[in-house]
Amino acid sequence: MSLLEIEDLMVTFTTADGDVHAVNGLSLNIDKGETLAIVGESGSGKSQTAFAVMGLLAKNGRASGVARFDGKDLLSMSQREFNKIRSKDMAMIFQDPMTSLNPYLRVSEQMAEVLTLHKGISKKDAITESVRMLDAVRIPDARARVTMYPHEFSGGMRQRIMIAMSLLCQPRLLIADEPTTALDVTVQAQIMQLLGDIRKDFGTAVILITHDLGVVAGFCDRTLVMYGGQVMEEGTTDDIFAGPSHPYTSGLLKAVPRLDKDEGELITIAGEPPDMSHLPPGCPFSPRCPVRPDQCHAQRPALEIVDDRRRSCHLPMQEVT
Amino acid sequence: MEPLLSVRNLSVTFDVRKPGSWPWTPPRKLYAVSEVSFDIQPGECLGIVGESGSGKSTIARAIVGTIPSSGGNIMFEGHDLANMDTRERRVHRRDVQMIFQDPLAALNPRMTVGEIIAEPLITHEPNTSRKEVKKRVGALMERVGLLPNLINRYPHEFSGGQCQRIGIARALILKPKLLICDEPVSALDVSVQAQVINLLMELQRDMGLSMIFIAHDLSVVKHISHRTLVLYLGRVMETADSHKLTTLPEHPYSQALIASVPIPDPVLERARPRPILEGELPSPLAPPSGCVFRTRCPKAQASCAEARPMLEDIGGNHLVACPFHEAEHVLAVGA
Repeated sequence: MSLLEIEDLMVTFTTADGDVHAVNGLSLNIDKGETLAIVGESGSGKSQTAFAVMGLLAKNGRASGVARFDGKDLLSMSQREFNKIRSKDMAMIFQDPMTSLNPYLRVSEQMAEVLTLHKGISKKDAITESVRMLDAVRIPDARARVTMYPHEFSGGMRQRIMIAMSLLCQPRLLIADEPTTALDVTVQAQIMQLLGDIRKDFGTAVILITHDLGVVAGFCDRTLVMYGGQVMEEGTTDDIFAGPSHPYTSGLLKAVPRLDKDEGELITIAGEPPDMSHLPPGCPFSPRCPVRPDQCHAQRPALEIVDDRRRSCHLPMQEVT
Repeated sequence: MEPLLSVRNLSVTFDVRKPGSWPWTPPRKLYAVSEVSFDIQPGECLGIVGESGSGKSTIARAIVGTIPSSGGNIMFEGHDLANMDTRERRVHRRDVQMIFQDPLAALNPRMTVGEIIAEPLITHEPNTSRKEVKKRVGALMERVGLLPNLINRYPHEFSGGQCQRIGIARALILKPKLLICDEPVSALDVSVQAQVINLLMELQRDMGLSMIFIAHDLSVVKHISHRTLVLYLGRVMETADSHKLTTLPEHPYSQALIASVPIPDPVLERARPRPILEGELPSPLAPPSGCVFRTRCPKAQASCAEARPMLEDIGGNHLVACPFHEAEHVLAVGA
């Protein structure tokens, strides 16, 4: 049994301007100790997928389909039940570590709360344990700094605190939503190395949500590419980078300038990311697709399984370059 | 050839008061930029990279003239920015234009696209007829990839990429000689980022613009600029031809910076040597003595704390501020 199973997940938001379909029939599996990257541009539904799984959707959002964690159905869970597994069995770290830490509470308070709630240990023990975890994420002088407030730390340090906090109960699944987007490259390298070490030491499965293909290349076993709330393709990271089987993936890979290559003009994807309240009836990528056979506009391609990958495109795999 | 812009020993310091201190206690000095020098030739694109807090934007603002420098000179076409009279300053403002990181925040939400793009033109050439203004705005919109019939729309009706195009059009309406781009693509999606990079490169080539391109993404800077300047805590660590800098960096900081840039290739990425830079940027209120990078430098020695290393020309217009510099293939696999 997979650790997390998602089948045909739909996330819809009711807004004054009509329904916005953020996720449209997403399926994925993640096994114990595995790392999966969810790649896509803004508005592709990658964060909303994570929020639906964590029970953190905004009030006007609703999720349907199947999402099972360790066999337990997540979508029908009440907030009370969620509170029992959140941060204990599955935890999440967010893009902006300033807005996701409570500015009014000392780091020690916020961290100890997790342990006293889930493990029922005394506050004193909880703080000792928190200091140990801050040491593990390499916060210098953790014992003295644990009583500081979040604003007294730099961005990279706050992200380390978030990671330490998410690991307190040694969750089996960690969802990292753009954990390094707000950070400098040197700090990004530190944080990614830290996440890699943690994964090895604790055997945590990690879902890394990002738009940075470079980070994915160094970290993830498998990669899932999303666009318009749907899976464009999924496979091992090596396969996908070596030979993308979807025009969107291949477009993304060509659009980023690379440090190790001197390319002339960048090959771009025409147009803009999709408007999620007015998706085309066919393939969501069809208005921007450089190949675009006519049937793509009308008919949504089914997700097919070829060898070790899943792809959703009318074009035969050999014709994608 | 005379450089278009010549910056010599530019320093910018800010006075910082401790909250609750007495009014007569002297403020502490924050060293944002210290003794930075560089030249920009006509038609050249200079990239500036560095971590946040390294002083990239401060340099840009000092050149535009929105913050005063506290030392050194900025010479634009032979005129010192500090000694310009009102008329010269007005010309300087026409010739140097800027585009910003957050495309939506840089546009006035209560003005239409047409008004935004036309504003610099109307300010600097008030005698232009309305018909002429409209014609030039329309032509420029087309040039930057916006449909001219969108002229009466408001900024919120556009996506991030389109807003950045509006910002570019506004900066180019006066045909400036120098365009300063402060992180122009970091807020954009990958696919849109490539469109804007291509547009900027094309405009730069076609209009013979000089450009300063500031970004924290070294891959983008290398792609777009001819020369690159590496900044750390307000000081120049290394400057060289962009290709040379990324393939054979000499300064330990440039090497560390390049080593931490991920490359979208799983095979290469896993095989890469990864000397990770520990720690964080020291406080600019109390920069380390001697070489500012020594607290994080893998090659630091006792002598680094004593004297600040000068920028040394090692040939081919390649300047390095480190006595222990050594060329290293950071990108090469297994090196």
